[in-house]
Amino acid sequence: MTTTVLPRVTYLNVRTTVASWLLTKDHKRIGILYLLVVSFAFLLGGIFAAGVRIELTTPEGDFVSADTYNRLFTMHGVAMVFFVLIPAVPAILGNFAMPLMIGARDVAFPKINLLSWYVFVIGFLFTLAAMLFGGVDTGWTFYTPYSSQASNSNVLLTGIGVFIAGFSSILTGLNFMVTIHRMRAPGMTWFRLPLFVWALYATSLVQILGTPVIAITVLMLALERALGFGIFDPRLGGDPVLFQHLFWFYSHPAVYIMILPPMGVISEVLACFSRKSIFGYSFVAFSSLAIAVFGFLVWAHHLFVAGISPYSAMVFSFLSFAVAIPSAVKTFNWAATLYRGAIWWRAPMIWVFGFIGLFLVGGLTGLFLASLGLDVHLHDTYFVVAHFHYIMVGGAIMGYFAGLHYWWPKITGRMYSNGLGTLAAMLVFVGFNLTFFPQFILGYLGMPRRYHAYPEEFQVLNVLSSAGASLLGIGYTLIACYLLYSLWKGEEAGANPWGATGLEWKTQSPPLPENFAQTPIVREGAYEYAKRETKVA
Amino acid sequence: MPDALAAHAEPHGHAHHPALQHHFQTMAQQQEAATLGMWVFLVTEVMFFGGLLMAYLLYRVWYPEAWSEGSLELDIRMGGFNTVVLIGSSLTMALAVRSAQTGAPRATVRWLLLTIALGLTFLVVKFFEYKEKYDLHHIPGPNFVFEGPQKDHLQIFFSLYFGLTGLHALHMVIGVSLLSVITWMAHRRRFSPEWYTPVEMSGLYWHFVDIVWIFLFPLLYLVDRAHQLS
Ligand SMILES: [Cu+2]
Repeated sequence: MTTTVLPRVTYLNVRTTVASWLLTKDHKRIGILYLLVVSFAFLLGGIFAAGVRIELTTPEGDFVSADTYNRLFTMHGVAMVFFVLIPAVPAILGNFAMPLMIGARDVAFPKINLLSWYVFVIGFLFTLAAMLFGGVDTGWTFYTPYSSQASNSNVLLTGIGVFIAGFSSILTGLNFMVTIHRMRAPGMTWFRLPLFVWALYATSLVQILGTPVIAITVLMLALERALGFGIFDPRLGGDPVLFQHLFWFYSHPAVYIMILPPMGVISEVLACFSRKSIFGYSFVAFSSLAIAVFGFLVWAHHLFVAGISPYSAMVFSFLSFAVAIPSAVKTFNWAATLYRGAIWWRAPMIWVFGFIGLFLVGGLTGLFLASLGLDVHLHDTYFVVAHFHYIMVGGAIMGYFAGLHYWWPKITGRMYSNGLGTLAAMLVFVGFNLTFFPQFILGYLGMPRRYHAYPEEFQVLNVLSSAGASLLGIGYTLIACYLLYSLWKGEEAGANPWGATGLEWKTQSPPLPENFAQTPIVREGAYEYAKRETKVA
Repeated sequence: MPDALAAHAEPHGHAHHPALQHHFQTMAQQQEAATLGMWVFLVTEVMFFGGLLMAYLLYRVWYPEAWSEGSLELDIRMGGFNTVVLIGSSLTMALAVRSAQTGAPRATVRWLLLTIALGLTFLVVKFFEYKEKYDLHHIPGPNFVFEGPQKDHLQIFFSLYFGLTGLHALHMVIGVSLLSVITWMAHRRRFSPEWYTPVEMSGLYWHFVDIVWIFLFPLLYLVDRAHQLS
């Protein structure tokens, strides 16, 4: 490609001691610190998932005991939800790219940004300790009274870990919201903001309003378990369903903390690799806010069979259908952007196509579950497991990798192998469908989730699912290999290898410690691909 | 590095305030960011207490007798005294901010010290209130004792009482620590009318903690007092 040499001074080489990393206030370095911890948590969660899939290759419970199996899927959920999906895109890619994209030197509160990473690590260490001391078996949902009274696993330690990690999410949300309000470069008006920034803004709204509620809920659970308080204790007249309400008041919107930032990534990458302005910019921007706001009004669809009143169930069912509209708006706008675009088939774009396909299936099967009658049949079956994996892995993780492949040249200054990147995307796409599509059928046929043994007739589909999971494992390992390899042998990327329009591409790769040599002045919208003559080697 | 430094110096080559952090362009921008950040933080605090208040609301509707009985168990003299103390501390806090704004460091220190003293008074009274509950075995848990048919529901009441007031007391402890640091900074003449953001932000926090108590006092202590008076 190009013969440019790497820039002389970058945020990576300006200081290289360990202390300079552990005490850094540079948003780009903090993004990389998050990348390290989250990748480790992803590996850990993957290992637990492997345990689950190995057990389920045979109908008998022969690989692990029922109790161990409970711990495996719980720890898989806890690691993946709280330590991978929630931080992955905002805390890694958002931290790295967002200040660059709005033309700022840093986030509004760099010290708080670093603090959020330490808080995250401390929360993770508590959870890790809980896992090392034998794990936790309540399911990642910690439902009372099982979690508060019956379980003999490390609920308290895990709860403390989740509680602490929650504050890291709150701090990131707070920081991003203030940054987007106050740190934009001259001329960067709200409607010139890249859609990834809009998505992060909407996400920070959810983090700010939702996360404190899960924090206090877990705290109440901890007080109940450790000291014998009686807020959810049915023996005293307490209501375990109150726990479920409070839990899902956060945990449904938390799905949007996971999926909104990847949606923003998709808008960036898709516009760049279609060489077109995004279709319906303001609709895509406002649909993020709509998702964030309406996402708070649907939580009780998790409680349709928990004995809530049929009238409130009807309202929540209707609202759950309604919240699909802004997601559909996005999907249609992406499709319209592709229409008559000059599509450039590079690795990040393959991940985008993977995202759109899988997110579509995940979203549509969500409507099945929002239907009151059908939910009675599908509740707590593998249909639900398949549905939320299509959103959280097929959507969020595919989007995360789309973004990582898109910004990797900016982060490291080097290119990875496009062929391997494409191969990995296809492996993950095929492996994912092979893993989770059979689970829709299993769930529909009535296989309940969270059991380590099952009737003979479900074996074929379960073996397919486990085979797909192996493929997924290979795909993810491959990514780690070629990305790490690119650090040593990758070609120099140059400032703008994709010919993209965002401000982050106007500075060198890797960027200066201060991001820009001069504060940029913005004179046009985020996706003026039509106006420019893009020449890319 | 020289390139980067030169580039950094370029956009604001003029002399700037020592408190201006390098990633902000102007003092006004820095001040606005801090203020917005503080308000957003207070919103998260509202949601944090909101979860407990939701539980309070539910059980108060379900178990009104237990709530009136539990409320009468609380010491209204200590609670009332503490309410007055905290409202007074909000006044002294506001005066501290005002002094910092007008550039009167000695007065700032004085008002801050008074605020801290009132905060500590609140905590000491709260301690004795908790101790009384402890002696009566009103701490929820396996050793909870209460005579009467409402015992179980009263344990829920006391769970929420200790949850809410305990969390509030924790915020008071944090507030007093925060104000101690601010007082030290004020003593070292770190603030001026151009820059007193930390005083103002701590003030916002202090007022918030105050307002939480203004809600907690009637919600916990005054549930059925009218009935008692008649
Ligand atoms: Cu939901």
